[in-house]
Amino acid sequence: MMTTALAETPPATPILEMRAISKSFPGVKALDDVNIALFSGEVTALIGENGAGKSTLVKILTGIYQSDEGEIHIDGKPVTFGNAQDAIDHGVTAIHQETVLFDELSVAENIFIGHAPKTSLGLVNWRGVNARALALLHSLESNIDPRARLKDLSIAQRHLVAIARALSVDARIVIMDEPTAALSRKEVDDLFQIVKRLKAQGKAILFISHKFDEVYEIADNYAVFRDGRAVGSGILADINQNDIVRLMVGRSIEHAFPKVDIPLGETVLKVENYSHPTEFRDISFELRKGEILGIYGLVGAGRSEICQSLFGVTRPSGGRLELEGKEIQIRSPGDAIHAGIVYVPEERGRHGAVLQLPIYQNISLPSLGRTSRSGFLRAAEELALARKYAERFDLRAAALSVPVGTLSGGNQQKVVIGKWLATQPKILILDEPTKGIDIGSKAAVHAFISELAGEGLSIIMVSSELPEILGMSDRVLVMREGLSAGLFERADMNAETLVRAATGNA
Amino acid sequence: MIKQLFKFREMLLVVIIAVLLGVFSSRSPGFASPSNLSNIFNDTSILIILALGQMTVILTKSIDLSVAANVAFTGMAVAMLNAAHPDLPLAVIILTALSIGAILGAINGLFVWKLGIPSIVVTLGTLTIYRGMAFVLSGGGWVNAHQMTEPFLQTPRQLFLGLPILGWTAIVIVAIIYIVMSRTFLGRAIYASGGNPTAAVYAGIDVGRTRFFAFVISGTLAGLCGYLWVSRYAVAYVDIAAGFELDSVAACVIGGISTLGGIGSVAGALLGSLFLGVIKNALPVINISPFSQMAISGGVIIAAVIFNARQERRRGRIILRDRGASEKIEGIA
Repeated sequence: MMTTALAETPPATPILEMRAISKSFPGVKALDDVNIALFSGEVTALIGENGAGKSTLVKILTGIYQSDEGEIHIDGKPVTFGNAQDAIDHGVTAIHQETVLFDELSVAENIFIGHAPKTSLGLVNWRGVNARALALLHSLESNIDPRARLKDLSIAQRHLVAIARALSVDARIVIMDEPTAALSRKEVDDLFQIVKRLKAQGKAILFISHKFDEVYEIADNYAVFRDGRAVGSGILADINQNDIVRLMVGRSIEHAFPKVDIPLGETVLKVENYSHPTEFRDISFELRKGEILGIYGLVGAGRSEICQSLFGVTRPSGGRLELEGKEIQIRSPGDAIHAGIVYVPEERGRHGAVLQLPIYQNISLPSLGRTSRSGFLRAAEELALARKYAERFDLRAAALSVPVGTLSGGNQQKVVIGKWLATQPKILILDEPTKGIDIGSKAAVHAFISELAGEGLSIIMVSSELPEILGMSDRVLVMREGLSAGLFERADMNAETLVRAATGNA
Repeated sequence: MIKQLFKFREMLLVVIIAVLLGVFSSRSPGFASPSNLSNIFNDTSILIILALGQMTVILTKSIDLSVAANVAFTGMAVAMLNAAHPDLPLAVIILTALSIGAILGAINGLFVWKLGIPSIVVTLGTLTIYRGMAFVLSGGGWVNAHQMTEPFLQTPRQLFLGLPILGWTAIVIVAIIYIVMSRTFLGRAIYASGGNPTAAVYAGIDVGRTRFFAFVISGTLAGLCGYLWVSRYAVAYVDIAAGFELDSVAACVIGGISTLGGIGSVAGALLGSLFLGVIKNALPVINISPFSQMAISGGVIIAAVIFNARQERRRGRIILRDRGASEKIEGIA
């Protein structure tokens, strides 16, 4: 199959070529001198860890971001994508991981929303819309009725509608951003039939996926990204999976992390067969005093969900929890805070602080149970608590009475961390503690996490960043699709074993 | 800095009210005399109490449209109770009013809390239901002054230090709500639940329960106003306080209480109510027709909303200014 695909395609100029593309955000170089070429009738797999620069590349290709340096060539001619419409006009279209469709509209309306054919009076030509939708769906060998309501379709059929919408603009270059993330194996097979048809029609496809088996099944070429650089590309048949994993993670990670060896104490938390109706099943682990337990896995593997369940935001459907030898029930975040378990969410801006309230009220918020007496607040204790943690974190603000919303992003984060530590927890759950932070600040955060562990706090750290997991954890729980994919001791863990466990690539 | 703006804003309302008083008294001497000011305050007392209840609800990102219907039902109930049992002490009547109001508020709160129905839908429904209940209770009839007892009618009118008890009631309620909002766990939970519900949940606050209690506070105060209203106007009928729920919302909006929740103060609700009270009392004095009065009130409300929206936008920009923000605070302070 591979050879025929190659034979059909002369090694001529690629349809689309990105040359020396660079893109920076404040504090981060997201893409650094990246080259990638897409050919007619071929599927190119884009592979890389979270944060490797894949999404940035997609956004530049679809005109949402503009690159700082470099050129995009289509059919050998340089083009610029000033906005999303430019990209569409040049035949570039994207099918996103989460398809954005309208439940209450018909299939045809969904496909042509924003660019419906018009009558001479400027009204929507419904007959044309339905006829073209039907033709488009036929070309995908689907028999979905264009007049059906979207809400009546299955997930796979919705996906097909999303694909039809992407193709309704005469696309020649189709970007598929983790299209299989929400699909079952059967649906994935159907999707791959469509991809093969698109190939046969001569379209160039950029296929982004974490799953190696799928990549090998569908792609002709590969490009591996790491830390914003293209570290390898070529024909997929020429490289084995191990080499790809090595390209993805290959870097030295020993020096960047101030992991201090702390003698581990007794078991603080015991989680047994913890399950949730839809998110995770049969998760068991133990957490000891002073330990940092890493939880690694792909996005959507159920890592945050376990933590939110331990914190009482969602209820588990089964399993038991033991805190310091006693069985406990956690029904609400209030219970968790009372028991000494706190959770610092991933979206610290959205979930972390009440921006309108003053700094001191934010810091004391989860501790009000302790600082209030029979429902009345005690201002002096509240302020003392806030002052203690503001000083500890070197919070820069005019006064503790200014609203958190007026602080800089970094100082807001300090307030959020401060308010959780002010509850004097036994167990601290950190969800992606360094996401969106520049490299310099990351080291400070890591040093701080080590310091907390040294003080006897037990820490659960969810992270998608392999170096962080490897550098900081005493043990690592790897999750895949809601199940435990292994518990690794510090001595036995390395980048390749963890990635293999997380991607199910034995 | 935002807090300073709001202080500025509350000061601004004080200044505007003072200027209005000055302008009106230049047109009508005696408008700003102590006795007339005391009259205006007394006249605005019921609105102040209702606006404070509305404020607690709005702060939690909800709204209570049933307050006026609650006033009508509770007012009718206590007036009929008074007419049927003239020997019941006034304390029992007031306690009954508070309890009925609290129950009606709790019904709203339970729908919002346990069924997760948007408060605007729940209270739009109960608005009609409660007023319908007032009709069912009274059979459409009136309770007139001669059926009410002397203490029932006269107690709120007793002067104390030159101000009727009705006015003092409003002052006491202002003090109580101020203490609840600034000094109790519930008050803090109300601000947090409206300011950022997700963050509040993560901080261990039960947002639904907090909203429930806000509705109970609003209902209890509306129940109290039911008695005060019937006593003040010496009559109870189904349509009393019709449309007054909008006045309570307007007072909050004018007083700078954000309809998005989490922002607002007792002083704001008080000043917003007084502003409306001054306008309502002044316009007839300077010969402006009741219809123009409604238009003017409406115009003021829209102006206040625009003012609020602009302030909230400004807040957005401050957040985006990341690094510069902390230096800026220090510069201002």
